Amino acid sequence: MLELKNITFGVDDEGGKFDIIKDLDLTIRDNTFTVITGPNGGGKSTLAKLIAGIRTPSAGRIYFNGTDITDKNITQRAQLGIGFAFQQPVRFKGITVLDLLKLAAGKPLSVDGACSFLSEVGLCARDYIDREVNASLSGGELKRIEIATVLARDVSLAVFDEPEAGIDLWSFQNLIRIFENMQKSRKDRTIIVISHQERILNIADEIVLIADGKVQKQGAKQDVLPNITGTDAAISPCSRIL
Amino acid sequence: MKPIDEIQKRLFREVADLHELPVGAYNLRANGELAGRNTTANVDIKTKDDKSGIDITIKPGTKHESVHIPVVLSESGIRETVYNDFFVGENCDVLIVAGCGIDNCGTQDSQHDGIHRFYIGKNSKVKYVEKHYGSGEGTGKRLLNPVTEVYMDEGSVMEMEMVQIKGVDSTDRKTIARLDKNARLNVRERLMTHDTQSALSSYSVDLNGDSSSADIVSRSVARDSSCQRLDLRIAGNAQCSGHTECDSIIMDSGKILAVPSLEANNTEAALVHEAAIGKIAGEQLIKLMTLGLTEQEAEEQIINGFLK
Repeated sequence: MLELKNITFGVDDEGGKFDIIKDLDLTIRDNTFTVITGPNGGGKSTLAKLIAGIRTPSAGRIYFNGTDITDKNITQRAQLGIGFAFQQPVRFKGITVLDLLKLAAGKPLSVDGACSFLSEVGLCARDYIDREVNASLSGGELKRIEIATVLARDVSLAVFDEPEAGIDLWSFQNLIRIFENMQKSRKDRTIIVISHQERILNIADEIVLIADGKVQKQGAKQDVLPNITGTDAAISPCSRIL
Repeated sequence: MKPIDEIQKRLFREVADLHELPVGAYNLRANGELAGRNTTANVDIKTKDDKSGIDITIKPGTKHESVHIPVVLSESGIRETVYNDFFVGENCDVLIVAGCGIDNCGTQDSQHDGIHRFYIGKNSKVKYVEKHYGSGEGTGKRLLNPVTEVYMDEGSVMEMEMVQIKGVDSTDRKTIARLDKNARLNVRERLMTHDTQSALSSYSVDLNGDSSSADIVSRSVARDSSCQRLDLRIAGNAQCSGHTECDSIIMDSGKILAVPSLEANNTEAALVHEAAIGKIAGEQLIKLMTLGLTEQEAEEQIINGFLK
């Protein structure tokens, strides 16, 4: 179980300190597929980074399976079984797709093993295994490789920050299939996805609506989804002003 | 000829991947003396009469043969300058592996200055691999100052891999190339300096023939308090194309000066230079840490990949 208690995270703004996350409480039950949604700028990505340890809260505590992980760094959280897929995948000069998947697996990984992760994200393994994870790959290719690194880690809690962004040439159906397969392959796996996409919201067990740095709604899909689709809850603040 | 000892074996492995005597022609040099030589029907190796060094002559039409000429120094205080000339006939396709390893456990400096000249015949293809490596706990410095001169006839191709990753206290490496019509030069340099090491690497390439081309890519890492200077000059004297790239990572208190220089002496010369120096991107470290690596492990992986 993942519990966030009274979490606040602020940044220094021109006009002084600005809290992106404000005294937020959130509990994610084990073995669920939870989608966190809400308007842009509402704090969703920040929340994902707080869970992975990339950001440190200014107040509050985070518990993972009963352990207080607030003071644990990114590496320690990864070693506890938390995986994170970046919204904007990182590029590396000289590190190949195979190298990255081996690092992700954290154990010897055969080429066949690496290929199965690439096939899962819809890439023809033979064409990619020796490619460098650099700017020669398109945004969509990098995004799929990013997802493959999380698959290779086989974590108990996987956090995906807007996995659908940049994969428009690849069908949504495949992305949804990946999440379904992840759940099937390991019963004790919890998946958190940050997303705006209704098709991803549709496969959620639970939906959390974050806006203005707080949880506005949380509950089973059938209870929450009708309240947010067709409303302006998922529209960015700018769109609402205009 | 003295037998090769364990330290020398290790150095041969580091600089030339030699686990046993290589197949084909070779000339092994240890502590200033010949430690082994083999010639083949197509590759002849002769000791120079007038100065220290060897002449390597490769017969025209020699294909898929290799020549290994590694040098190791395992005694403190040796200083040597060696002149090796390669005469590659026309229509050859050969691999040449050189390199120098120094193990200095003493207090005196050890120095090897290898002056390599390549005369590459028409339509020949040469792959040249040169690795430099230093080890040993002594206070004596390990110094390497290689000079590589390449004279390329019409239609010839030279691919060079120059690697110096560890242990060389000071290096001043000079590479000069002159290219005739349709000749092509590709250089991949990998350089890492650490502690208080210094490295100067300079290239001066003249594209003299029409349709000649050069692509020189240098990747380097300066750690601790080490410093590097990279001078990359290409002169386009004909209808030609040239590209140089310096890509460097600085860490700790390292310093790097990259000095690109393009000289166009012909309106049909197309010359490009790229240079970038910076520290390891924070997001790269974070990504690898989310895979379970510590910050230090992540740093090592990023550098290993960068210098691969």
